[in-house]
Amino acid sequence: MTAATALSGTFPHLLLLHARERGAKPAIREKDLGIWQSWTWAEVRAEVEALACGLSQAGLKRGQHLAVIGANRPRLYWALIAAQSLGAIPVPFYEDAVAGEMTYVFQNAEIAFAIVEDQEQADKLFEILPQCPDLKRVWFDNPRGLRHYSQAELASYESLVAAGREFAKASPGFFEAEIAKGRPGDTAIMMYTSGTTAQAKGVVLSHDNLIQSSRAYAELEGLTADEEVVAYLPMAWIGQNLFSYAQWMYVGFRINCPESAETVLTDMREIGPTYYFAPPRVLEALLTQVTIRMEDAGWVKRTMFKRFMELARRVGARILDGKTVGVDDRLLYALGGVLVYGPLRNALGMSRVRVAYTAGEAIGPDLFVFYRSLGINLKQLYGSTETSVMVCVQPDGGVKSDTVGPPMKGVEVRIVDSGEILLRCPGLFVEYYKNDEATREAKDAEGWFHTGDAGFFDEAGHLKIIDRAKDVGKLSGGTLFAPKYLENKLKFFPHVKEAVAFGDGQAEATMMINIDMQAVGDWAERRGIPYSGYTDLVAKPQVADLVRECVEQVNADLAADPKLAASQIHRFVILHKELDADDGELTRTRKVRRGFIGEKYATIVSALYSGAKQCVVEAQVRFEDGRTGNIRADLTVHSAKTFAPAAAKAAA
Amino acid sequence: MNLRDAEPATVARRVGDVILAVEGVSLAFGGVKALTDVSFDVREHEVRAIIGPNGAGKSSMLNVINGVYRPQAGQITYRGTKRSAMEPHIAARAGIARTFQSLALFKGMSVLDNMLAGRTLLMKSNIFLQALRIGPALAEETEHRKRVEDIIDFLEIQHVRKTPVGRLPYGLQKRVDLGRALAAEPKVLLLDEPMAGMNVEEKQDMCRFILDVNDEFGTTIVLIEHDMGVVMDLSDRVVVLDYGRKIADGTPDEVRANQAVIDAYLGVKH
Repeated sequence: MTAATALSGTFPHLLLLHARERGAKPAIREKDLGIWQSWTWAEVRAEVEALACGLSQAGLKRGQHLAVIGANRPRLYWALIAAQSLGAIPVPFYEDAVAGEMTYVFQNAEIAFAIVEDQEQADKLFEILPQCPDLKRVWFDNPRGLRHYSQAELASYESLVAAGREFAKASPGFFEAEIAKGRPGDTAIMMYTSGTTAQAKGVVLSHDNLIQSSRAYAELEGLTADEEVVAYLPMAWIGQNLFSYAQWMYVGFRINCPESAETVLTDMREIGPTYYFAPPRVLEALLTQVTIRMEDAGWVKRTMFKRFMELARRVGARILDGKTVGVDDRLLYALGGVLVYGPLRNALGMSRVRVAYTAGEAIGPDLFVFYRSLGINLKQLYGSTETSVMVCVQPDGGVKSDTVGPPMKGVEVRIVDSGEILLRCPGLFVEYYKNDEATREAKDAEGWFHTGDAGFFDEAGHLKIIDRAKDVGKLSGGTLFAPKYLENKLKFFPHVKEAVAFGDGQAEATMMINIDMQAVGDWAERRGIPYSGYTDLVAKPQVADLVRECVEQVNADLAADPKLAASQIHRFVILHKELDADDGELTRTRKVRRGFIGEKYATIVSALYSGAKQCVVEAQVRFEDGRTGNIRADLTVHSAKTFAPAAAKAAA
Repeated sequence: MNLRDAEPATVARRVGDVILAVEGVSLAFGGVKALTDVSFDVREHEVRAIIGPNGAGKSSMLNVINGVYRPQAGQITYRGTKRSAMEPHIAARAGIARTFQSLALFKGMSVLDNMLAGRTLLMKSNIFLQALRIGPALAEETEHRKRVEDIIDFLEIQHVRKTPVGRLPYGLQKRVDLGRALAAEPKVLLLDEPMAGMNVEEKQDMCRFILDVNDEFGTTIVLIEHDMGVVMDLSDRVVVLDYGRKIADGTPDEVRANQAVIDAYLGVKH
């Protein structure tokens, strides 16, 4: 690989390299006004040069931070490289972050310059401007709605680039000279952790960290410059940054920006990515869509889907792993490929996917197997922002649904007595920005990083993650209680959107459940059950029965595993509102904040354990425009059937 | 890259001269008097609202403006031309487009096709050239598609571009209806209860789109609306009808303080 020769460099070095070696090849595409527009590597280089010169003219200095806020847009990607070219550090933000959450980061990183996508983001910055005196300039990509803004800080992206072009003409060689000053150990990017527990921390990653990690994946999977990648996840997430920016720069493949968040599925079908990365949440949403559409399909299609999916579940993953499968099953599977799996892969936009990864949180085994059984090479990996996502990955042919694979080359893993996983790797972050105490806590003197995850190695040497070390608890009977494991099992059902398990220190496990409005709404419509809205739908006895069936099926599964049989769910409540990041119930990466929910809905938790049949809750909700309101609801505590542990049956 | 960027800033909103005026319009259906001697004017680039209780004659007024109804008395002046009644085809050609309270879309056709249909009057090449996609027709089609894509982008409905309109939720259909009207590149846009039947969030979105249309394209907007809060926030000037008569005309603040309006909306003790 040619890029390997530039390993001693930085991302801007890599950009120059690609512009030289494959200048005429497309580097990035964006769907705009219904058409895929593309930019070649040479064009990207020119755009980045102009932008970098503009930023430098505006006063962005080496070591300063540049805020980049918005969805996946080519110009925002250019902003990342332009900042890095000058030795400045880009700080990407989640586009749906509320203004209040941004204030801390702007203050912490002393951000003076920001490039934003549109009016929405600009408005947020002007809202926090009084608290962020450092903020001097804001440039916007999309001018819509900003025509009458008269703030002195605001200017268009075009004006910035135009100034940069002038400057570049006047002082040729400036751009290359600035890039030449960059060293691999320099900070490449700063990403703020989503902070399930405390205030967000700025994770400082060097060029070397990200390039090492990119190289490890590229070599493992044999990535080439012909890969197509769809860039659709938040730019502020390390997974997106590694797979759509760092690896893009390292390997030199193509990234494609979808038209809008709603069109991702259509855009994926048009592009046909060969290399795909999705958190379990996205895979889950896709599966829910498929399930709904299949239920609406005619009798023939439905039966075919059901029959062939049963076959796929039985043999599909084995065929993908190259294990032995009977000739008759192989023939049937091939027929299924023509009739069901192929068209389904196409509908999912995954016809050409060669390697697909999932990470971010544990994936339900059934969900995982669904994709693999279709012949999609979906693999799990393990990593975090602090490790540049470089810890473990499943090798081809060695994929198991409940492990994350063996450690990657160059990664050392140690498991301490408490079950916590410690590791050392080349991708390990430099420090938490301006937070030595936290850095020392996470990274000990010998350079071991304390992940906070609990897990163990199985007999094949694969790492198995159970839960966050601090979340794993015990039932009062003394048996292990891993809440996330239960939640994931339940979330596999298309009708369940979120689940929150309780049981630490209690005799029995219980659960709060969010139904999936779309799936359950459809289900209700087909059965002619009238409802006026979410809260009303939740209160329908038929819906309770539907959820109870799911819970009981999970219980039956749990009963089969002697270690987990005690965690069967005895009672559950269907929540009257959807858990939402705006209300602090989920993190921005949509992970459940169990502790916060337990406190906020303490009345429900106590009802779950007091034997009450009903409970009244009042909850504050935050609307998208920032106003708040109250929702009051009467909730019913439902009980579910539990099963005798399998051990007893096996003994009989 | 797109047309919006290329547009000169001169279209930016600046309330100008009178573009449309109705004088002494009276309309009756048999013995029922829908409108009695109504006069008001609309200035270029402004947002003008017509409000009033149910049955006040608001929709009739809109139908008089775009020529669906012929008033028995009165005159309509549009861009300097005085007429005793407007004709629908003249209105359409002269740049008056409208949306409908009950929606006027082809349910089985995609969003894209519906909006292209809104450009029918702007299509120059004949049906045969278009059907065969030869000669100037092809270039023209590209141009029309480009304009429509701009509006799709503007209204943020990319994700339903190829979805049949009948399958969309009501709020989105309303947005498509607005898009269809916009596709005709109107000078004056008549909106018949654009927020009817919408939830709070959809109303907010629609308000933003209406303001943006007025702002970005400089389109003059005449709208009928029930929701007083919305009207007061959106409009430059408001005319109030009650039982077919004009009872007030002025800025939102003036109208809000007008005793006749308060009486009409809240009722009076007899």
